[in-house]
Amino acid sequence: MQVVGLSGSKVGTKTRTAMEYTVKSLRKKYPDIQTTLIDLAEYDVQFSDGRNYLEYEGDTKYVAQAIMEADAIIIGTPIFQASIPATLKNIFDLLPENAFLDKVVSILVTAGSSKHYLIAEQQLKPILSYMKAQLVQTYVFIEEKDFYRKEITNDDVLFRIDRLVEDTVILTETYTQIREEKEAKYGF
Amino acid sequence: MEKYRIDSSKGLEFGIYTLGDHISDPHIGKRISAQQRIQEIIELAQLAEQAGIDFFSVGESHQEYFTTQAHSVVLGAIAQATEKIKISSSSTIISTLDPVRVYEDFATIDLISNGRTEIIAGRASRVGVFDLLGYDLRDYEELFEEKFDLLLKINEEEVVNWNGQFRAPLKNAKVLPRPLNGSLPIWRAVGGPPASAVKAGYAGVPMFLATLGGPATSFKYSIDAYREAARSRGFDPKELPIATAGLFYTAETTREAQREYYPHINGGMKLTNGRGYPKQQFAQGADKRDVMNVGSTQQIIEKILYQYELFGHQRYIAQMDFGGVSFDKQKKNIELIGSEILPAIKKYTAKH
Repeated sequence: MQVVGLSGSKVGTKTRTAMEYTVKSLRKKYPDIQTTLIDLAEYDVQFSDGRNYLEYEGDTKYVAQAIMEADAIIIGTPIFQASIPATLKNIFDLLPENAFLDKVVSILVTAGSSKHYLIAEQQLKPILSYMKAQLVQTYVFIEEKDFYRKEITNDDVLFRIDRLVEDTVILTETYTQIREEKEAKYGF
Repeated sequence: MEKYRIDSSKGLEFGIYTLGDHISDPHIGKRISAQQRIQEIIELAQLAEQAGIDFFSVGESHQEYFTTQAHSVVLGAIAQATEKIKISSSSTIISTLDPVRVYEDFATIDLISNGRTEIIAGRASRVGVFDLLGYDLRDYEELFEEKFDLLLKINEEEVVNWNGQFRAPLKNAKVLPRPLNGSLPIWRAVGGPPASAVKAGYAGVPMFLATLGGPATSFKYSIDAYREAARSRGFDPKELPIATAGLFYTAETTREAQREYYPHINGGMKLTNGRGYPKQQFAQGADKRDVMNVGSTQQIIEKILYQYELFGHQRYIAQMDFGGVSFDKQKKNIELIGSEILPAIKKYTAKH
């Protein structure tokens, strides 16, 4: 199983901090799973110009290909202007429309205000569903007050991230098993 | 239809097309040389002719895992190696070529083949060719429209006067040689949503419609939109041929065809498009109502006749070598087409 953690913004550090803990939790609990953390702040990804993702070069191709090859993706996103950041939307635009078919996608949100709680529900989930993802329905929502100097200080948040990691892995295993059983019956 | 060398009374035309993909055979995990692949494509055209198949075409894709980038050169060899089968490109990416040179090449192939040559012009689904030949992907639409118009103009007029954005102007230019019978059938390649089909209809040119998979009825929208667009510009849709093109593989039973072919389509798509072919969709592909012609000969006959009833098209073009299908299997497919599929199709679609 391959899991990609995607930190979806170039601004600030809270999403990165939460994603680092997420990946650490994943590696600790499931050392056999191949885990990659991609922080978009560290990559020079170009805007989508409509070509097939394989035809990009450099960082753009690396990021797109890593996501396409993953079995599960944990997306970490801040909320800007009551929406997901453009950097994250661009990743979706780079990929084919059914890019998340047979993949599990889970979500972690950092936000400055609890007023943003439904953004992931109303804006991010519809994109992921359209792209055929199997969603981990429950997402982790973290507020500014849960951080202090690049650390998460709220144990409840840490527990919720641990549960998100577990749910992501269990759902990926389950869907993979269901699919393999179903496909075996096709006989080709 | 005569202008496009189609005689509907003889029934649905059956063709073969190749993209010239160059991929390992997944059953043995080995890839043949580019030279062998090209030689086999030329031989396949000969075998198709011997089996009574009406049409054979070769496409260009300028990137890894392909081998017929110089598709007009391959077609020149096929023109010489065959005698009666119609030959064409599928597609010529006119956007990144000079229409004058394309016309010179294909008119020459037409003379070599004694009047059997056609052009299918497309916009490219893989866009590596834009960088390679020095074009800007942002001009994707306009490059095609302008150059396709020029290609049609050269086909209609022996002396051309023309001005455009992407090529030097032509002043009383004679584009020579002329094809054997004055003009070539030139088709517009169409894929995806009906918007592209509408453009072909407005121009009143024959349409080559790519149909990879999914219910045949989904492609009917493009066909209806094409005919309606043609009618709205004063063209008679009854005079405009339509060709459909899609995946093809046959074996003794449908299950056997699926088992043999799935690794090719799945592996080939993964390499060239970055996504495999989902098994669930491939399984549904066996249904009569799905356009993908993979199955027993009987199943394929039923599918093609169902599509014929629905579309009322003039030509079906099968892609049966995609994803490293071995030459032995290609030969077997040609043999089954010639002995079982073709006679049945002609019997039901020809006017007696």
